[in-house]
Amino acid sequence: MELVRNHILTVTLFTPLAGAVVVMLLNKERIDAIRWVANIFAFAGFLVSLPLVFWFQSAQPGFQFTEEAVWIPSIGARYSLGIDGISLLLVMLTTVLGFVSILSSWTAIQDRVKEYYAFFLVLQTGMLGVFMALDFFLFYVFWEVMLVPMYFLIGIWGGPNKLYAAIKFFLYTLFGSVLMLLGILLLYFSYHTQFGAYTFDIRQLISVNLPLNTQIWVFLAFFVGFAIKVPMFPFHTWLPDAHVEAPTAGSVILAGVLLKMGTYGFVRFSLPLLPGASADSRIVKFMVALSIIAIIYGALVSLMQKDWKKLVAYSSVSHLGFCTLGLFALTPNGIAGSVIQQINHGISTGALFLIVGIVYERRHTREISEYGGLSSVMPVFATIFMIITMSSIGVPALNGFIGEFTILQGTFEVNKAWAGLATIGIVLGAAYMLWLYQRTMFGPITNPKNEKLADLNWREMATLVPLVIWAFWIGLYPKPYFRVLEQPVAQIVQRVRPDYYARRAAPAQPVVVPAQAQVTTEK
Amino acid sequence: MFNEFFSRQDLLLIKPAVLLALFGCGILLTDLLHERRYKYLNAVTALLGLGFTGVQLALIQRAMSAAGYSEVSGFSGGLVVDGFALYFNWIFLIATAIAILFSVRYLEVENEHHGEYYALMLFSLVGMYFLATAMDLITLFIGLETMALSVYVLAGFLRGDRRSNEAAMKYFLLGAFSSGILAYGFSLLFGLAGSTNLRAVADALAARPSGDPVVYLALITTATGLLFKVAAVPFHQWAPDAYEGAPTSITGFMSTAPKAAAFAFLLRVFLVPLAPVRAAWEGLLVAVCVLTMVVGNLAAISQNNTKRLFAYSSISHVGYMLLGLVAGNETGLKGISVYLLVYVFMNLGIFTVLVALRRKDIIGDEIEDLSGLFFKNPVSAVFMLIFLLSLAGIPPTAGFLGKYFIFLSLIETRHYVLAVIAVAFVAVALYYYFRLVVMMFMREATDPERLNISPGVGVALAITLAMTLVIGIYPEPFIRLAAGSVLVPFR
Repeated sequence: MELVRNHILTVTLFTPLAGAVVVMLLNKERIDAIRWVANIFAFAGFLVSLPLVFWFQSAQPGFQFTEEAVWIPSIGARYSLGIDGISLLLVMLTTVLGFVSILSSWTAIQDRVKEYYAFFLVLQTGMLGVFMALDFFLFYVFWEVMLVPMYFLIGIWGGPNKLYAAIKFFLYTLFGSVLMLLGILLLYFSYHTQFGAYTFDIRQLISVNLPLNTQIWVFLAFFVGFAIKVPMFPFHTWLPDAHVEAPTAGSVILAGVLLKMGTYGFVRFSLPLLPGASADSRIVKFMVALSIIAIIYGALVSLMQKDWKKLVAYSSVSHLGFCTLGLFALTPNGIAGSVIQQINHGISTGALFLIVGIVYERRHTREISEYGGLSSVMPVFATIFMIITMSSIGVPALNGFIGEFTILQGTFEVNKAWAGLATIGIVLGAAYMLWLYQRTMFGPITNPKNEKLADLNWREMATLVPLVIWAFWIGLYPKPYFRVLEQPVAQIVQRVRPDYYARRAAPAQPVVVPAQAQVTTEK
Repeated sequence: MFNEFFSRQDLLLIKPAVLLALFGCGILLTDLLHERRYKYLNAVTALLGLGFTGVQLALIQRAMSAAGYSEVSGFSGGLVVDGFALYFNWIFLIATAIAILFSVRYLEVENEHHGEYYALMLFSLVGMYFLATAMDLITLFIGLETMALSVYVLAGFLRGDRRSNEAAMKYFLLGAFSSGILAYGFSLLFGLAGSTNLRAVADALAARPSGDPVVYLALITTATGLLFKVAAVPFHQWAPDAYEGAPTSITGFMSTAPKAAAFAFLLRVFLVPLAPVRAAWEGLLVAVCVLTMVVGNLAAISQNNTKRLFAYSSISHVGYMLLGLVAGNETGLKGISVYLLVYVFMNLGIFTVLVALRRKDIIGDEIEDLSGLFFKNPVSAVFMLIFLLSLAGIPPTAGFLGKYFIFLSLIETRHYVLAVIAVAFVAVALYYYFRLVVMMFMREATDPERLNISPGVGVALAITLAMTLVIGIYPEPFIRLAAGSVLVPFR
């Protein structure tokens, strides 16, 4: 048990990769065997990550389940993994969505099945690595590795314009990440000049002391890498292409997990490592402005879409705008809300892409005008779609409300106008989602092709139900989520705005909620 | 036999070259004895020769480390074996061995299996040996010509093929022209120093007043000659034509071992005799680097012939490597060493696959010829993908490590703008490398002809892939090796 506990992150990280290896060894003719193996490994990946939830100590500051191994001593790169509350949530999101999307591909993928699952499982390992790495070099390796399988998923199993979308996705993100690499190297080199040692460990790099000007340059280098991934407003053009062309499962992962790497990058690296630049009023205004533009622009463009999937894709731009807005409010509520909203977006947009995928598999079109009145032939489907729509809009009792409300609360503390502008996005969000729902689900069936559509089968239910349950859980009882986020968020705020807690004359340290988990600790 | 002109140490230092030359001559003789179907024995002889040379190098290395010497010199300082020379010689040997492995099948398909081919490869290695070890202008020049003449002939080895002849002719004419310019530069250096010894030249240049026009003239002519040899822009025009026309196996060879040798030569000259006038050549080199990256990468985008594409790609890699020299600090020079090592493996890997594509009536050097490779031979397509990712510098392949050191050295020396240009072209390069990936994985095969992987090609693929991955995933020992090869300027 002790061994598993000490290496749980490694086990979680490499389970999908092991699955990929097994899939590659299977004969490509045995399609069902391949499907079973891939699904079993994906589910196993989720199961092995589950103990993290129970063993995690919310009250304990810093990283947990850390693993250290020497890797490349001469440049100071180490194999070091660890998670805090923020990465815990994202790791869980990844393992859940990874399983859900692999399950959703059962019938959707008919050709080159073997490669499909192999790439998907490799992708899964890459994403988990990004959220677990505490070493910048290791982080960068995972960050880049993941591009290759995603390129193939879009480029081979995508829609008509797949090659263009795939290479655009790859080039955009690669360009961002190599610039980020320069930022990392600058930080690494500055640490060496100040402390005489080479390290990529972010827990040590945090002590490097950079002049504001340098910090801003490094921030901008990181910004390009992360903002392209998020994607923030002027860098978002790869997203609609990639989303629309990608196969359903690819879109789920792309929206659900890949985009979170950008926001995760900001909260894990930009804010704590470059506190001066992150709190600099020019940078904050810049980031907030881009976020608000993304919120409103993304929503407006969604309103205009005739393609169901494209609508969901642009809604991601808007939702992610909320996440970055919350981050750069630089308040505990803003940041915690942002992380929760990242999870929410993974759940609801992931589910929305599954929903589009389900009707697409039946009708092979995504034109909204082709549909209408589906609720009478697919009642269960319509119900789930309604719940997810509500979750995406941010109706209370569902997850979206919690995230958006907390973000707005956090933003309101700093600047009322920003919060006011962001609410326009919520209104528009309700408009495009409800309008979409109305056009596709309500009214009489105008298109005869829709008359005989089958409702959800058990497998499709199995992909959607966990997400619906999760949406309700966060919506009704978000306390555990805020509790795991409390420590890491407080640390970040302390670092970016050292006077924040002092000035509020509130308890200097965040109130530590005694975690139930403490009872079961350290056997 | 030993006297004051020829010591035991001198013999030790030239033994590897002597062995290579002897084996080369041996192949010429034994070739006459082999029947047509046993011509592969020439390759075995050549590999044996490389093996003996490797043992000899290892012995020198061991003797040096046992005695605690960081360098051994012979012929009154005309030859120096140091970490730099050893490291590069290992690269030459390994690259040539891999090239020999995949040549056998290629020559059989082309029906041009002659012993001279392998003999010439060994003779060119003799030249390379002197390029990495010589400390004397004349010896360097002779080493260069020994290497170059052998490679000219190899480029034209397909006598019946007009393109091969054309390639050899162009390569020879431009090569001779650049050698002329280089010889002129060397003569000026000799004139300034009154000695052909590199260190004496360095002392003489250090003593000249700054801004001396003769120094500039010598510098520019020497640098032009050197940059010609490594195919840096604007002196690169010979490379695409020569690469395209030469037999594919020789293109693979030319783009690795002789290129590494030209680099060793360039580094030696820039870092020893020209080191004192660094200020004068740094700006020039920056311009060449930027041009090389821009032209190499942009020209590669529109190529439809894989050999031309890799010619431009190799030009762009030269741009990256030269950046390490621009930075000029330890990281940068270590970066060049790592980069060359990695580059040799990944590029030879690519050419191994291209050689395997040469079947019956299919020449296999158009991009189209790669289409559907994944369906015909998934293993070689996946290998090719990994080599391409490595060339593009995507971790965890070895190519990333080379770029990593280069970028780091630029950051360390505050060449921020250069660093941004360099990383931007990583994305451009990925675009043209992935054109091949699209062909291999997303197109149907155009010809039904199967790929047949001969044992030599198989071994070459296994070695190159293993090294590309091992250096990428566990680079520590290789970084240490490269660190030992750094040429401290003006030592």
